[in-house]
Order: sequence, then C-alpha cells, then structure tokens
Amino acid sequence: MSVLVNKDTKVLVQGFTGKNGTFHAEQAIKCGTKVVGGVTPGKGGSEHLGLPVFNTMKDAVRQTQADASVIYVPAAFAKDSIIEAVDAGVKLIVCITEGVPTLDMLQVKRYVESSGSRLIGPNCPGIITPGECKIGIMPWHIHKPGRIGIVSRSGTLTYEAVAQTTAAGLGQSTCIGIGGDPIPGTSHIDALKLFQDDPDTDAIIMIGEIGGSAEEEAAEYAKAYVTKPIVGYIAGVTAPKGKRMGHAGAIISGGKGTAEEKFAAFEKAGIAYTRSPAELGSTMVEVLKSKGML
Amino acid sequence: MNLHEYQAKELLAAYGLPVQQGVLATTPEEAAQAFDKLSGKFAVIKAQVHAGGRGKAGGVKVVKSREEAAEVAKGLIGKNLVTYQTDANGQPVNSVLVCEDMYPVQRELYLGAVVDRSTRRVTFMASTEGGVEIEEVAHNTPEKILKVTVDPLVGLLPFQARDVAFALGLSGDQIGQFTKLMTGAYKAFVENDFALFEINPLAIRGDGSLACVDAKIGIDSNALFRLPKLAAIRDKSQENERELKASEFELNYVALEGNIGCMVNGAGLAMATMDIIKLYGGQPANFLDVGGGATKERVIEAFKLILADPSVQGVLINIFGGIVRCDMIAEAIIAAVKEVNVTVPVVVRLEGNNAELGAKILDESGLKLTSAQGLSDAAQKIVAAVKGA
Repeated sequence: MSVLVNKDTKVLVQGFTGKNGTFHAEQAIKCGTKVVGGVTPGKGGSEHLGLPVFNTMKDAVRQTQADASVIYVPAAFAKDSIIEAVDAGVKLIVCITEGVPTLDMLQVKRYVESSGSRLIGPNCPGIITPGECKIGIMPWHIHKPGRIGIVSRSGTLTYEAVAQTTAAGLGQSTCIGIGGDPIPGTSHIDALKLFQDDPDTDAIIMIGEIGGSAEEEAAEYAKAYVTKPIVGYIAGVTAPKGKRMGHAGAIISGGKGTAEEKFAAFEKAGIAYTRSPAELGSTMVEVLKSKGML
Repeated sequence: MNLHEYQAKELLAAYGLPVQQGVLATTPEEAAQAFDKLSGKFAVIKAQVHAGGRGKAGGVKVVKSREEAAEVAKGLIGKNLVTYQTDANGQPVNSVLVCEDMYPVQRELYLGAVVDRSTRRVTFMASTEGGVEIEEVAHNTPEKILKVTVDPLVGLLPFQARDVAFALGLSGDQIGQFTKLMTGAYKAFVENDFALFEINPLAIRGDGSLACVDAKIGIDSNALFRLPKLAAIRDKSQENERELKASEFELNYVALEGNIGCMVNGAGLAMATMDIIKLYGGQPANFLDVGGGATKERVIEAFKLILADPSVQGVLINIFGGIVRCDMIAEAIIAAVKEVNVTVPVVVRLEGNNAELGAKILDESGLKLTSAQGLSDAAQKIVAAVKGA
C-alpha cells in the first residue's frame, strides 16, 4: 500500500511548461510516475513531453481522471493554483513553490480544510513512495522501497534520512516533505496519523526544526495514538533567537520554538531521538532491534 | 522586514487609527523646528531604530525647549543605540521622531496581533497592562491577556472588537473608537501582509480618547513583491551588512559567533551542519544555505561572504547533491577556491550523485581541500583542522 501515493496515482503538473515544471516532470516520468499531463493557461490543446496540456484544472481532471497535482508556479500564483486544484476535485495537491505569503496560506489552509482535498507544502520537496510514485523534486535514486515512513520540514534533511535508511538496508515506505513554512498544508501530526494507519509502514522518522510548536504537538499526539516506533530529530540547536534560518518557519520568536523544547517534548513523550543528523539511520536500527523488529 | 516607528504610525494613520502626533527629524535643527511645530510645553524625542528597549537605553527623552530638542537630537543622530535587543554594536540612529507629550494619560493598554501557527489564524492580543513588555505580562499574569482569533475567510468582525473593548474596561464613546481602531488595524494587517503588529502603549488620554503611542510592525518578506510602497521604504542601514549582501545573491546567511564557516544546500541541513559541528566540540561561524544549484558563481559568493568574517579559521562545505552531480559541484568548489584564494582549511562532504568521483576530484586538486565521508567525518575533520591551526 504505502501512504497517499502509489503506482496507480495519476499526476497533473501545474506550471507544466515552465522550466521547473518541465525538468521535474521529466524526472518523475523517468522513475515510473504516472504523469498524465499538465496545465498552462493559454497553451491548452498542445502537447508537452508527449503529454496533453490543458488550460484549466477542471478540464485536465475531467479528461485525465487525475487524483494528484504538483504545483511549480511562482509564489505570487500559488494560492490561485492550489485553490483551482481544490475546486477541480484533486485529492492530493503538492505545492513545491517557495516564498508563498503567509496570509495567502491562512486562507488556503482554511479553504482546503473545508474540502475533500489534502495539501502538502508549500516550500517542500514533495512526496515519494519509492519504486512507485514520485511527486516533487527529490532525487529518486537514493530511495529504496522499504518499511520506514519519513516526515520532515526540511528537504535536504529528508534526503539525509533517506540515504541513511537506504544504507542501513531498511528502505522507505513513503517520505513526506511537509515543507519549511509556518503554515504547512500537512502537519507532522497528519503524517503520523497516515503512517500509523498504513500496514506497510513499520516505523517512523520524524524530522523537525526550530520555530512554532508543531513537533511538541506531534509528540503529544504520538504518545496518545501512535504505537509504531518513532525516531525524532530537531535541527537548529545552535540557531540564535529571533533570526530566520532560511525557512520562513524556522525562527525562535519570543524565546519560543527552540530545539531544546522540542527534544524535551520527545523525551516526555517517550520518543527515541538523536542529536546527530548523521545517526538517523543507525538510531532507527537500534530502536527496531530493541523492539525485536529487526 | 521591519518598519520604523514613524513608518508604522504613518501606515496606521492611513487606516484611520489615532496616533500620537510626531514630526520626523534627521538633523538637530529639524528637531528644534519640530518642537516649535508641535507647540507643546514638552516633547518626547525617540530614536528611530529597529529594536525594542529604546527607553532604557537612552533612546527616548523628554525635552522642554527647542534648544533641548536640538541638543538631544544631536546626541542621538549619527550614533549607534545599543539596547538589550541589539548586538554589542547597536543599531545606527539616522533620524528621531519628535512627538507630542501625552501627559496626562489615564491608562496604558496593549493591542497586538500575530499569525498564530498553532491555530492558523491571525490572533489579536489585548491587555490592560500596556507600557511594559507583553512577554512579561504573558509569563507572569497570562489571565490578563485577551485573545481573539480571526477567521481568514470572514475577517475581524465588529462584535469581536467590541468584546475586547468591554473586557478592557472601556465605556461610552471609547467602545466605538476602539472598534474602529481594531478593525482598522486588521484591515492594515491583511492588506500589508503584517507578520507582527503591536501598539504598546495604546494610551487613554486625559480627555478619554485613544492614541497609539508606539507602534511596531513587521512585514512578511515573502509578500514584498506585492507591496512596492513598503519595499521602497525598507531601511537597509538597520540590517546586518553581510546578511544583506547575501540576499542580493539569493543566499540565506546568518552570522554566528564561532570560527567554522559553513556552506550547505538546504536550510534544514544547514542548521543540522551547525549543530553537528557543535556536537563535536566546534563553533559554527554562520548559517549559509546556497540553495539547490550550487553553481560556481554561487559558491564564489558564498566563500566571499564566509571569509569576510575575520573570525573564520576553517570552512565546512556540506552538499547533498540530489539532482545536481557531485563531480560538477566539486569542479565548482575548486574553481571558487582558486578564484577567491581561500587559505584556511576547507573540508568538503559531498553526498548523492557521483559522490565518489567528486571526492576524488577534490583530493587530486592539489588545493587545501579535504574530502570527508559522511556528516560525522566531515564535522570531526573540520573541528580538528581548526583546533590544529
């Protein structure tokens, strides 16, 4: 099974004919993802990468029966694109775009919540079920089909966790990059829920970073509802207060949202964690061994 | 991006908020003229810097004459103001706001708003305890802070503002005044992409009317593309020079106090790299995210930034080459090291596509470059190299 995406997921690309849309659609097709077309307003009726281009998402969904879309449009148009996808009935919307204004996301999030759609991102690498479906910008060759679910606010740290679990022979069920923005479409808790319910996921790596309290909330949730082993990691122990560390959401404001608070929340919830980003895989191996799962 | 007090007050006044009168002065003579113009018995001179804690640091002073106004302005303009919120160098004072004296004030209230990440709403906070740090109030007497969350699709409604007005103990005309003020503030918030908004204190004058005495506004930098007027009044003199330079090249850079420079792709991995340096006993000198395309040009600019910090004694480059090939990144690093003439030890960890080939290219370059296998190895090598230097 896996989470949210699999070999049958039909994917549309919003911003299909642009530079990023083109490059990443090609990569996705190469690794076997069912990309069924894309949308670029005004270019409807033409072909791109041998696939149909549509003017609107409604047209595209009607003609392809796509269940997912991936968004590569500039930040100024992200809100428009996400809500267009929601209104077209797309079940899974993945927004890669970085730099979306926070107030746009407040409205988008509210709109998506009252619909039947799920949003991942923005400002994220996307989601991948290795060997089946890649929606996003992650390098697929470092992945290996397996039974570890990964959820992370950071792209390259997800790759780090992927490479380490691959090297340890564990592999991944599904990896969800939820993105580095303050208002993400899918949260750590949402991802934990999905992995807990997925029969093909045995354990979870949860990667967080400074800013906000999503990891603390996820730790509390995990304590109450998640029976699968979790390995946690938080980036930003050395980050100064009040400075935005690259990601819009990575900021310690009013003294809140520090890495230490988040590690403490893991501790309190009985979640295994590591303070070294080089030991995500090895910590998972230890945890699985201690539980007799490896 | 932050606004100065005078900019924030101008913006809020445009949305109908009652603000303390003030005149901006960039010279002592202008300050004296401003004193005359306000024609009060006293005036308050406030240094315009992007930092709180100005009062305690000597950046806010009451003056009784035009001569005194000029003198105080002379003492502030052109100097740096150090407050508990600034670094040791402080922030440059380029102007002062000469303000009307508010005396007598009946009460000092607080009104602020932020984007609350947990509720995913714009959340207003109000308190009867104005004029002091709101974090202190929140910590010591959390029951004295009222919170109102706003549905982004409906907006702030008048009844919500009235609720706050009554809870703050306002009465009579003040209810209507406050409702107008708070709904105006919300309109300003959403039309200008505020990330942070604070009126502290919100004073009740002797005659019972309301006035914003200090205002703090932070703007969502991601929204500046649609806020050209605000983008045009950004005061770059208040920002860190190297961070500003970095943003010109679309690099994310934050200066820290250690001696190991870092160059990393991805914000999360960049933080993790700083952390692992610390874990192995070193001190990171900076956060630097070179982004996805670690091209020669970007690596050169990144090196220049890192080495402009005189405390840097070594550099750790950590690149997870996802889609970009590591051998190409290695070539870019070699070219950059040659062009910038890097003399401190550099440890490079390349992971991903063609990582071994990349490492081989680095080792055979004849330059002071050390390749590392994995993140732990990289951190240990750079910490050892800097300690040995």
